[in-house]
Order: sequence, then C-alpha cells, then structure tokens
Amino acid sequence: MATKTESLTKETLLDWYRELVLVRKFEDQCHHQYFEEKDPARKITGVYLHLASGSEATHVGAVKALGKDDHVITAYRDHGIAIARGTDPKRVMAEMFGKRTGTSGGKGGSMHLADRSVNFWGGYAIVGGHIPLGVGIALKEKYTKTKNAVLCFIGDGALNNGYFHEAANMAQIWRLPIVFLVENNFVGMGTRIEESSGQTQPTKRAIGYGMKEGPSIDGQNILEVYNTVKAELDWARENGPVLMEAKTYRFEGHGVSDKLYDSRDDLKAELSVWEKRDPINVLRAHLESSFKNLDKDLAKIDAETTQAVQEALDFAIASPAPDYNDLISHVYVGM
Amino acid sequence: MSKNLSMRDALRSALHEEMLRDDRVFIMGEEVGRWNGTHKVTRGFFDEFGPERVRDTPISEMAIGGVAVGAAMAGLRPVAEMMTINFALLAFDAIINHAAKIHYMFNGQFTVPLVIRAATGWGNQATATHSHTPEPIWAHFPGLIVGCPSNAYDAKGMLKAAIRDDNPVLFTEVIALYPKPSQIPDDEYIIPIGKSDVKRQGDDVTLVAYGRGVEWALEAANILAKEDIQAEVIDVRWLRPLDMSAVLESFKKTNRCVIVEESLPMYSFGSEIAAQLQEAAFDYMDAPIKRVTAMDVPLPFAREIELMALPNASKVVKAVKEVL
Repeated sequence: MATKTESLTKETLLDWYRELVLVRKFEDQCHHQYFEEKDPARKITGVYLHLASGSEATHVGAVKALGKDDHVITAYRDHGIAIARGTDPKRVMAEMFGKRTGTSGGKGGSMHLADRSVNFWGGYAIVGGHIPLGVGIALKEKYTKTKNAVLCFIGDGALNNGYFHEAANMAQIWRLPIVFLVENNFVGMGTRIEESSGQTQPTKRAIGYGMKEGPSIDGQNILEVYNTVKAELDWARENGPVLMEAKTYRFEGHGVSDKLYDSRDDLKAELSVWEKRDPINVLRAHLESSFKNLDKDLAKIDAETTQAVQEALDFAIASPAPDYNDLISHVYVGM
Repeated sequence: MSKNLSMRDALRSALHEEMLRDDRVFIMGEEVGRWNGTHKVTRGFFDEFGPERVRDTPISEMAIGGVAVGAAMAGLRPVAEMMTINFALLAFDAIINHAAKIHYMFNGQFTVPLVIRAATGWGNQATATHSHTPEPIWAHFPGLIVGCPSNAYDAKGMLKAAIRDDNPVLFTEVIALYPKPSQIPDDEYIIPIGKSDVKRQGDDVTLVAYGRGVEWALEAANILAKEDIQAEVIDVRWLRPLDMSAVLESFKKTNRCVIVEESLPMYSFGSEIAAQLQEAAFDYMDAPIKRVTAMDVPLPFAREIELMALPNASKVVKAVKEVL
C-alpha cells in the first residue's frame, strides 16, 4: 500500500478495539431487542433496522481518520458511524426505541441518526439522496476557504442511483474537498453488484468524471482503513474529490427484512468466509502480535463495553416517548 | 421615490440587494452566470460577483437541489435556480424528501435556509412538458414554503423575505409576468411569508387567486364592474403557509366565491380553498364555490387549442355570473 502509515500507540489501538467491540455488542443488543424480546416495553419496533455488524472496521476506521472540524454523512446503516464519531450510545439506543432522548428525539429512527455537535450530518434512507448533501457541505467549506473535508459513505448499490452521477460530477468540476468512500459489501438489498453494475470495480467510475481514482482497500482491517482514508482526506483538502473503496461485509444481511440467508446455501457459505475476516478478530490478531500481556486490557474492554450497552439499553427503556408537542414541533423554523 | 420596473428587474433587484447584504447568499443553477440567466433575472451578476457566488451548474437538477440543501444545512444561503418548474420535477426528491424533511426528521438539529427559484406557467406554445403550473403539488408537503407573486412589486418583497427565512422556500415566477412592470420603491421593503393581500375591494363576490390567476381575476373584476358587480380579489401570495384570514373575512361579506388558478383542477389550489371555506364558513355560503382552472389535459402545441385549455378573464366572468 502506497499510503504513509503513522505509528499508532497501544492506547490508540486498544481504543479502536473497544469501539469495534462496542458497536458489535450494540448491534447484537438491537438484534436481541427486535427479534427476541417479548416485553413490549423493552422491544425495538418498526420495519427498519440495518445492522452494521461486520462493517465495523470500515465505519470506525474511516471516522477516526476525520479531524474534529471535518464532516461525515452516510446512508441508513449508521449506528456504528454515530458511535464512532462520539455520539453517546445511550442517545443512539434511545433513537432505536423512538424515545424523546434519542439523537433525533424519536422522530428519525434507526435510519436517521444525526449529531450536529460532532459534525455527523446524518443517516439518510433515500438511497443516494445524501450524496449531494455531502457535496453541498464540502461546497460550504470551499466557499468559506477552510481546509475541512467531508467523508461521504456510499453503499455499492447507491452508485447506480442518478444522485451519485450528478453529485460526483459537480464535486469534480468544483474541486470540492470530499472523499466518497464506497462501502462495498457486494450487494444492494438482494441484488449482487455483478447483476446491478456494468462496472463492478467501483473506483473505476471516477475516471468518467475526471476524478482521482482512489485506492481499493480491505475494509476489515481498521489500520488500513484509517491510514488510507486519512491520506485521501488530506489529498481532498488540497485537490478535490476522491472515489475510494473499502471491501467489507454485513453479517446480519440487509436489514431485519432480509430472509435470503435463511434459504440460500451459497450466501451462508459466503457469510462463513467473511466471518473468518471478522474486523474485531483482525485487529485483535494485530494487537496480540504487536504487544504482550493484553489479557487484562482486553478483559477490561469486554466488561466495559457490556456495561455501556446495558446502560444504553436501560437509558432508552426508561426514557419518555415523545409527546404531542414533539409531533408538531420543528415542522418549520420559527413557526 | 420609486422606479417602474418589470417583474424580471424587480426580482433582479431583490437578489442584488441580498447578495450585497449577506456574503452567505450565492446563486447556483443552469445558465445563471455566463448566459446571464435564462430569464435574465441574474443579468450582470457573473461579472459583478464572480464564479464563486454565481455558479453555473451542469444540467443536473437532482444535484442542484441536493447540493443546495447540503450547503444550506452547513450555513450558506443558496438561491438555486431551476430554470423552469418543469425541470424541478427532477429535483422533487431533493426538495421534498430532503429540504422539507430534514429540520423535522433530525428534531431541529439542522436548518435548510434555501430558496429554489423556478419559472412557472405556460409559455407561448411551450407544449405539455414545458407548461406546468404545479405549485399545489409542492404545497402539499409540510416543511416547505411555497410562494408565487402576481406582480413585480410583490415579487421583490416576497423574494427578499424568502432569502432571509430559515426554511426552504420554493419560489415560482410566472413567465408571462416577467415583462410586466410595477412601481418599485427605492427604499427597501419586505413582504412577509404567509401574508395574503386584498388586491381589489368589492362586496358581491370573492375571487381567490395566486400568480397569473390574480391578473385574470382583476381583469374580470373590471369587466364585471361595468355591470355594477363588485368583485373582491384576494391574492394569497403564498400557497404554504396559507393565510385564509382575508379570504374568510371577504367570504363572510360576499357569501360567494370563485377560485382562479392557472394550475390543474384535480387535487388543486381551488379544491383546498373550497374545502377550507365550507369547513370554516358553511353558514355563509349562498352559492356553490366555483373554480376556474386550466383544463384537465396536457397542454398542446397548436395555439388555438392551447389557449382553449387555459383560464382567462371571460371564463372568470362567466363563473361569477353562475354564482350570483
């Protein structure tokens, strides 16, 4: 890999490890509260819940590469991105339950997390719709002559949406500071990339816009994700947009409606291959090969993350539902 | 002191003043810069303000809409021009699913102080895809403000209000009204969002309209006045938020109402006004509420049948006589 790698301390790597484990446990808890929980007061309801399990290294690694004043925007698989950017998992969990204390006050739900205070501009659920929004945020940064950049996650399926084409071209003609990070899990809902895309190598699409064709990386390896995204963000600050790709997988399928894995042996086999490249294990192996006597640190992380998710769940369940005033507020500013 | 300005130049003057007042205001759209604007509303701006603030875009309505939403969320105040409302249909998702929903869906964390300008209405034989007057469909959705001025004076004050507002505004400008002049004061003025206007007073019938419909209503009122029928003409100016106060007050006096609009009859502006009137003032109704709209067909090319499909003053006069 051509990118410059910074030397990362044991503390940093343990911190990332903690976040990968936290996101996984958070998602597992959501899964449990949606499918297993019997008590209606403790159940996650609704029709949408898209878990990020399996994609944690791409989500956490890329977000960690952002500076404080940089920006991140994504689609609907957004739980891990919110947590990695620093949003309190309690407020993220509360949004899953549609509670007043949620990141969007219970009005957005799982697909519409956002936290303005950390420049997390949201999860969006019209596929492709957030891409020009990210470009608009990058336009603001160029217009006001800062060196801040935008990280815009894009699913491989969204590359076939007209929004991507129009927004990518506009970003390039205006040389806007944005990294388009294709989170390539090789499938959009149930349609495989080779069935949906004439060009199955996502970064090649950059050529059509005269844009920098960025690297294609292993999205299961957080070090590779972090180092590469950081380098591309720095390139984008000075030069304009980049289209790069992280190859990853989603262990829980598209969302709670995905039944394909129940009946398809080929998908089960594919999943088991990817599970061998679990991003948590990849980082753990790196840690164990680099440092000695980690048992205490890892046990502490295990206990702390379990506790953090439990606290998030307790907080969400104890929180009040939104009320009539919430229903009618924020339709307009000042009305 | 005042000047006689066309609606085109009144709009240009509003944009010019707001560009000078606030550096965050910028213009983006197809042909807004080097071409001086398809409708010449941004004439001279590219030379005066430069390419950063007057941004020619590719033919990409989805991105014009979406990028403007993102820039507005991030703190700029974009005025995005869609050339015509017909092309804005390509940006329907950006405007409805994003601009109009983001403030609510994220519980007030973001605002979208965006103005989408779009020319509307029939042009001379512009044909089916280039002749829409679809303000009512946009006004269906909470979160969006929709305004459409009926004359140059209102156009200037309304556009300034739209640019200064923190909500997303769809601002449509009737092509046929661009050349028509009003006296425009030299001193600054603002016409507030959601405020209707009585354009003519009368006791016999209430005519409710917006945009080009106001012109036809006023023309009809002059014809009716010769027969001693006095029509009150109310210009709602803003389809959303809709100010019904003057309409209700007038209806309680005249007990009769005809609604005039250039848009289509089904699920329309007229349907909404009529429904609200019967809900709020049923006891004051002395005759059925009538609607004068475009005919329920796509607009054709041939002049004779294009004009046949559109409203005009004599159709308004006829409708008024049916309810008297």
